[in-house]
Amino acid sequence: MTKLVYFAWVRERIGRPEEDLDLPTEVRTVADLARWLATRGEEYAYAFENPEVVRAAIDKKHVKPDAAVAGAREIAFFPPMTGG
Amino acid sequence: MTAPVTPFVAIRAEDFDLAAEVARLTTGRPDVGAVVTFTGLCRDEGGTLSALELEHYPGMAEEEIRRVAEEAIRRWPLTGVTAIHRYGKIAPGGNIVLVVTASAHRAAAFAAGEFLMDYLKTRAPFWKKEHRKDGTSGDWVDAKSADDAAAERWAKG
Repeated sequence: MTKLVYFAWVRERIGRPEEDLDLPTEVRTVADLARWLATRGEEYAYAFENPEVVRAAIDKKHVKPDAAVAGAREIAFFPPMTGG
Repeated sequence: MTAPVTPFVAIRAEDFDLAAEVARLTTGRPDVGAVVTFTGLCRDEGGTLSALELEHYPGMAEEEIRRVAEEAIRRWPLTGVTAIHRYGKIAPGGNIVLVVTASAHRAAAFAAGEFLMDYLKTRAPFWKKEHRKDGTSGDWVDAKSADDAAAERWAKG
């Protein structure tokens, strides 16, 4: 199981802050994971309708879409950050 | 060699006290010749905003700001760095973020403070949601490409 966490409008669109999922073996990268999640229902499709906008972190470090998900404990998806 | 500088980083709902945070970097430090502070506040957006709600990624927010602060310490001869970022609901006029940099001379303190804010805005996992005075829960604030450009110019230097 991999823990997925969502923030801001990604969280609101999916309708939950986090979940534990078994990732299929064909999901190798963060981009693969976003594509797979988008097939899980209309709330996910809405969250990932512009996948290039959604940012990701693995184990609390920023990663690019081509980052491997193997070994990840926690994968986060969120919009571009607006702190400060 | 002087002792290594450890940044003070806090992610919290509580407000901060500017004078106390300056004192944290100057008390007992006669080698400090310059302290620069930056305070980011909640604007009222022309009177339409009742509050900003700041969401953050617990753990990562602190780690990411600490990474940026440590990078500032590598780049400039700082004697101290503080970064405090608040979360939760903040009304117009309220404090959101504080960066304090201290150094023997002003150039390093100014530059490091600007670097910290530019990187913090584009890398620290915080998101702002607007609450409007008309009672509607407004939109999530969009990231500004100007902020990305401000952060990128440090990579070229």
